[in-house]
Amino acid sequence: MKNKDNFKLTIIDYGSSNLYSVINACKTFGIEPEVSSDHNTIKNADAVILPGVGAFNEAMSNLQRLGLIEPIKEFAQSGKPFMGICLGLHLLFERSAEFGNTEGLGLIKGSIKKFPSNMEQNFKVPQIGWNLINKADNNNWEKSPFSTIKEGAFMYFVHSFYADAEDPEVILSKTKFNDVTYCSSILKNNIFATQFHPEKSGDLGLEIYKNWFSNIIQ
Amino acid sequence: MNTVRCIARLDVKGPNLVKGIHLEGLRVLGRPEVFSEYYYKQGADELFYQDVVASLYERNGLHDLISKVAKFSFIPLTVGGGIRSIDDIKKMLKAGADKVAINTAAINNPSLISEAAEVFGSSTIVIAVEASKQSDGSYLAYTDNGREHTGVDAIKWAQQAAELGAGEIVVTSIDNEGTGVGFDTELINKISSTVSVPVIAHGGAGKPEHITDAIEAKANALAFASVLHYDYIANNDSSASEEEGNTEFLKKNMSFNKIKPFSIKDIKKYMHNNNIPCRTL
Repeated sequence: MKNKDNFKLTIIDYGSSNLYSVINACKTFGIEPEVSSDHNTIKNADAVILPGVGAFNEAMSNLQRLGLIEPIKEFAQSGKPFMGICLGLHLLFERSAEFGNTEGLGLIKGSIKKFPSNMEQNFKVPQIGWNLINKADNNNWEKSPFSTIKEGAFMYFVHSFYADAEDPEVILSKTKFNDVTYCSSILKNNIFATQFHPEKSGDLGLEIYKNWFSNIIQ
Repeated sequence: MNTVRCIARLDVKGPNLVKGIHLEGLRVLGRPEVFSEYYYKQGADELFYQDVVASLYERNGLHDLISKVAKFSFIPLTVGGGIRSIDDIKKMLKAGADKVAINTAAINNPSLISEAAEVFGSSTIVIAVEASKQSDGSYLAYTDNGREHTGVDAIKWAQQAAELGAGEIVVTSIDNEGTGVGFDTELINKISSTVSVPVIAHGGAGKPEHITDAIEAKANALAFASVLHYDYIANNDSSASEEEGNTEFLKKNMSFNKIKPFSIKDIKKYMHNNNIPCRTL
């Protein structure tokens, strides 16, 4: 296992994302990530974070334009630690209904759907705010970076679309918003991804980063 | 769970946190980063910064403050004041902001909302509506921190802003702001009932009971300023820098009449006791 000084963490840069807070969260634990869209940098990284804010179709076309689709897939399949955040979770799925039908990276089975809004019940979209994460019906929680987090912890969410995972075994947590109970994080071998923003979820969110790092760095 | 966010709102002028009444008569209260840390530790759900002189000087001067705060405060940071272009937004996000709030530039050029939403995603773009009730009962929108009258109907403008791609609308009642008489529930209700995106109620909170009124008026989030700042001042040493602005208020240890200071913790406790879903630490 590598230590902090020779550990190479790459945050994938594909344009629109706001990376500052993710970088800041890593620095809190003494880790200096490299922000890059270079294929070799990604390939040679020890761990990768795929962040994301914005629209699915635009993100996919940016990844396409930068030739990043295959490098990301290869990295995710290499067994090395991979973390997706928000749109970075959505992109792992097969397809999204956001602005027509767009194909995703296809690493996780299922699709991305839109939250219904309901004015009578004051159900607004996007979800912008804090919500609970609860355990899925499997034992993923204990073997994930949530292992030290209590079920029912509050995390910060910003999204209009949610993931509908086909395989219940990849679901790490569930969250309810506007009458929809959805998959708010996934764990599939080395692939860990959250719908919420751990880097914006206060001290508990930082603990998730800490746990992720502690499993991969000496 | 659909929770209600409690947002600490910090109006900033130069190096100082300030607070006025009806957005005027600004008093210097202290250093904004010191208040920010206190609110973060108390469990604020979000921090909202407004450069109150930015539109006047046509620039936002909060980049350094935001970079500083982003290093210790791992919750969403929203910044408003003088944001006029895609480039301004980029710079503010790069400084560490998660969202930007736009008023003046969006009223002058509504297409900025759709352009910005396309580049950064809707949830990055907050539209700030500053409204004042007219003698005929209508609400008109103001710009430049409540200084400039636009003649634009505030309710219709909020609706248009949401349709153009605003991710949320922060509604400030100029009439109630800084007074402690409560949120303008009529204004909040009129806007929240017509837009499908979240509405943040701002202006007038003076006691915890005002929270219930705002929730009944369909607010999705609440912003607090005076009550939190005066609570901080009552419980901490002054952090004011002496060089700039009106510090007379702090020096004279003046008391507050309509406003009973309360903290983020008090707010969360009140909400919890009244079955209003909110984040607890």
